[in-house]
Amino acid sequence: MSISEFLADLTNPDLAFLPKALLIAVMSSVVCGVVGCYVVLRGMAFIGDAVAHAVFPGLAVAFVLQGSLVVGGAVAGVVTAVLVAVFSQNRRIKEDSVIGVFYVASFALGVVIISQAPGYAGSLQQFLFGSITGVPDEDLYTAAVTGLLLLAAVLLLHQQFVTVSLDRELARAVGLRVFWLDIALYVLVTVAIVISVRTIGNILVLALLVTPAATARLLTDRLGVMMLLAPAIGGSGAVVGLYLSWSYDLPVGGSIVLVLAGVFLAAWTFAPRHGLLARRWRRGGLEENPAPAGAV
Amino acid sequence: MSVLEVRGVTVGLGGRTVLRDIDLTLDLGDLTGLIGPNGAGKTTLLRSILGLVRVASGRVLVDGRPVRPRRSTVGYVPQRHEFAWDFPISVENAVMTGRTGRIGLLRRPGVEDWRAVAAALERVGMTDLARRPVGELSGGQRQRVLVARALALQPRVLLLDEPFTGLDLPTQELLTGLFQELAGEDKAVLMTTHDLLGALDTCTRIALLNRTIVADAPPSELLDPEPWMRAFGVGESSPLLKILKVM
Repeated sequence: MSISEFLADLTNPDLAFLPKALLIAVMSSVVCGVVGCYVVLRGMAFIGDAVAHAVFPGLAVAFVLQGSLVVGGAVAGVVTAVLVAVFSQNRRIKEDSVIGVFYVASFALGVVIISQAPGYAGSLQQFLFGSITGVPDEDLYTAAVTGLLLLAAVLLLHQQFVTVSLDRELARAVGLRVFWLDIALYVLVTVAIVISVRTIGNILVLALLVTPAATARLLTDRLGVMMLLAPAIGGSGAVVGLYLSWSYDLPVGGSIVLVLAGVFLAAWTFAPRHGLLARRWRRGGLEENPAPAGAV
Repeated sequence: MSVLEVRGVTVGLGGRTVLRDIDLTLDLGDLTGLIGPNGAGKTTLLRSILGLVRVASGRVLVDGRPVRPRRSTVGYVPQRHEFAWDFPISVENAVMTGRTGRIGLLRRPGVEDWRAVAAALERVGMTDLARRPVGELSGGQRQRVLVARALALQPRVLLLDEPFTGLDLPTQELLTGLFQELAGEDKAVLMTTHDLLGALDTCTRIALLNRTIVADAPPSELLDPEPWMRAFGVGESSPLLKILKVM
């Protein structure tokens, strides 16, 4: 399918779900791209994965009760995130183990709940792998408003998040409430995942959080640039992925994630300073001009 | 004039008494070396001065008032490995994080904050590298960034935790010079160190710690081996004590 045909389909009133899907996919990618920068820099990818699982029982309850998926997922994700933060205070058990216990239990609860609903297999698949059809208008508004609030929160808390991420010990010494900032970050990650989970799917949403931010990290050493680049990469990936999905009748979540992974591989290879080729080239150059002995 | 007073501080962690009845007073102009074996409670003492561990009994006073992390001007330089050096941030922005507590929630750094950061970088001789990503710095430069980050609060008390670990001798010498100058600029500097010889040579005071303060005096008055044997739990023939004969 050519791009002009894709544009025609986007404006075709009979295919009204398509522009809605595009909008929500782009919004999700932008929000996840920004929040994902903290996730990547703090090595929290496992937490991101866990949150994605944890929102599941909320989605299932909302689905069974015909309520708002966004609200249901947010409540479940936040409750689990807070439980993990509280239980991690016991230093005998490491945080990743606590996460392993709570988030998978949460996911299991979701599976049990949704098995009670009629049409169990179909809805389960939709949750796990995403779907572009049937996004209600109110979900679109909720996602837009939540996304904007989330970006505002990031802007306001950025200095604090950076301080804690750089050095927790100093952050405590200068009087930051590290525990509450951790909770705030978990909540932001949860919200970003919840507004994305419908289109992309529960399993694949992690890629939206991690891949664009990791790609951006390869391309820059400046945090500000990284936090603009990641949502740009994510947003473009969503557009291209949806286009491919629509043209070749592929699952939308899978298409977007594969496009993003392709961009990541390209950056990993060709990035100007940290890419494979640049490092090879630099190493070659260094052998010709060895560093003076004792250089610090 | 004393700017920091630790009076009868006892700290328990996980049911064990880690520090017992600590008395320590820091005067402006002092460069004090805090020396003791591993597990003596050196870092815990620094953390209790900062108000980061609960003190079971006793008091810590800065300028005569109880410590409070957000208010008191105690500059802290944690060990270098606490810092995420792979984080994509410039030197000046890293130094700015020292002021985050003062900037407060929901606000961004203002003119005064940037001025303090510039002055701190100037003080440690890192102005030229202000925009360099922290990951590209050498060990000595990294230590300077951490000192600048503490200085960004314009503290009168500076606490340094093992500032020399993993640094070569010329770098240690440069940093020692910096710490001596800072002490001379109306500050009280307290540093933990494993470099006994260096501490005896450059510090104005030595505090020997092993769960409690074993001795606290100028180096010239600490040439008797007895307190060292008690602090480190070693016998008379320990090679450690030969350092004292050199002094």
